[in-house]
Amino acid sequence: MSEPNVLMNNPELAGDTSEQDLIARVQRGQHELFYELVRPYERRVYAAALAILRNEADAEDVAQEAVLKALANIRQFRAESRFSTWLIQITVNEALMRRRRQRTRVVESIDDHHDEEGEYRPRDFADWREIPSEALERKEVRQKLAEALGSLDRKYREVFMLRDMEQLNIQETAETLGISIASVKTRLLRARLMLRDLLASGWEQGWFSRSPAGKGNKPW
Amino acid sequence: MVVTCEQVWREISSYLEGETEPALRAAMEDHFQSCQACASLLAGTRNVVALYRDERMIEVPAGFGRRLEKKIAEGVRGGRAGWSTWSAWLVPVAALVLIGGGIRLANSLTSNSPVKSQLAELGHDIPPDMPVVVSVATRTFHVAGCDFIHNKDTVRTMKASEAIREGYVPCVRCMRKYLSVAGRPTGLDAEAITADEALKEGDGD
Repeated sequence: MSEPNVLMNNPELAGDTSEQDLIARVQRGQHELFYELVRPYERRVYAAALAILRNEADAEDVAQEAVLKALANIRQFRAESRFSTWLIQITVNEALMRRRRQRTRVVESIDDHHDEEGEYRPRDFADWREIPSEALERKEVRQKLAEALGSLDRKYREVFMLRDMEQLNIQETAETLGISIASVKTRLLRARLMLRDLLASGWEQGWFSRSPAGKGNKPW
Repeated sequence: MVVTCEQVWREISSYLEGETEPALRAAMEDHFQSCQACASLLAGTRNVVALYRDERMIEVPAGFGRRLEKKIAEGVRGGRAGWSTWSAWLVPVAALVLIGGGIRLANSLTSNSPVKSQLAELGHDIPPDMPVVVSVATRTFHVAGCDFIHNKDTVRTMKASEAIREGYVPCVRCMRKYLSVAGRPTGLDAEAITADEALKEGDGD
């Protein structure tokens, strides 16, 4: 059951775990340390792939491919960017390429042209009470949040995922998706407002009815 | 400065990013004091961001980490680490060389300039942050507006360092100054230019 853990099992490396040091070691050829470098971000890698592909098997496959690609290119990594950002960008590129292979170009380009023109008017202005972060302990709440995100058009979902879940900055998000900074900002605004409305109406539908924050008050 | 609710809706995301100008930010803050609906909108939007930023929102399939570690171990054993530096460059360059014909290659092999070292240095001096346009179809990258961008429907914009990392090859026209050794075109560059021209002619449009 227990997996080999190079870092833990190697006294020479214990206590010398900074990311920069790990990167330097892997770049110098200690490739067996690469998983230790990736491990803190493996969930984010998977989430990025899943947000684009929306299929767990494909997402895992692409996540593995992306990590191997990062390993193959580790000597190209430069410290001016964060390793996590670099890894996520590789993952997104891999996922986008996989999706392009799965879809016809015609469908993609039509989809892309339905852009975010026109203002989004928020629908729900109910009062809020508290940040329901403890609600995330419950699987069904996480599921509902994931469903709400999944219900967004992909152009909004991808921007939101990169900026708010993967925490790339606006420019990195634009570069990763190959769109303008202005488009990122517009899509991010809509994604956030749409999610807020979706979750507010979900509250009314009882998504979070067993939450301690219940009793009919929306937490937002 | 006074803002309307509609203006607040348009700017609320930038407000959360801390990107609104000071005057607008102050006006929005005044507005939140007096408009319960917009104050609620702000709180709700902020909560949405906080919820989705939480690590617990990311769930991976059981055994995902174990399988990933195994895959990496296989990749390391298979010698995959570091392979792409050479292969990513050599495959498209070799294709260009083949299109251009073998005669000049033979000449360059017998010349004083060693081909391998030039390949290794190709594009070495391109500023890593320079924005370039990559053509997915031809696996090349260009400065914006280069006349030799083929299949324009497959282009993307990224930094030169990313293009190189992803295995794209610099256009021998618009990137020419970076492909020269000591300021003059090498035998390989001359070869690749011929290949690029051949490619353009082959495109037909």
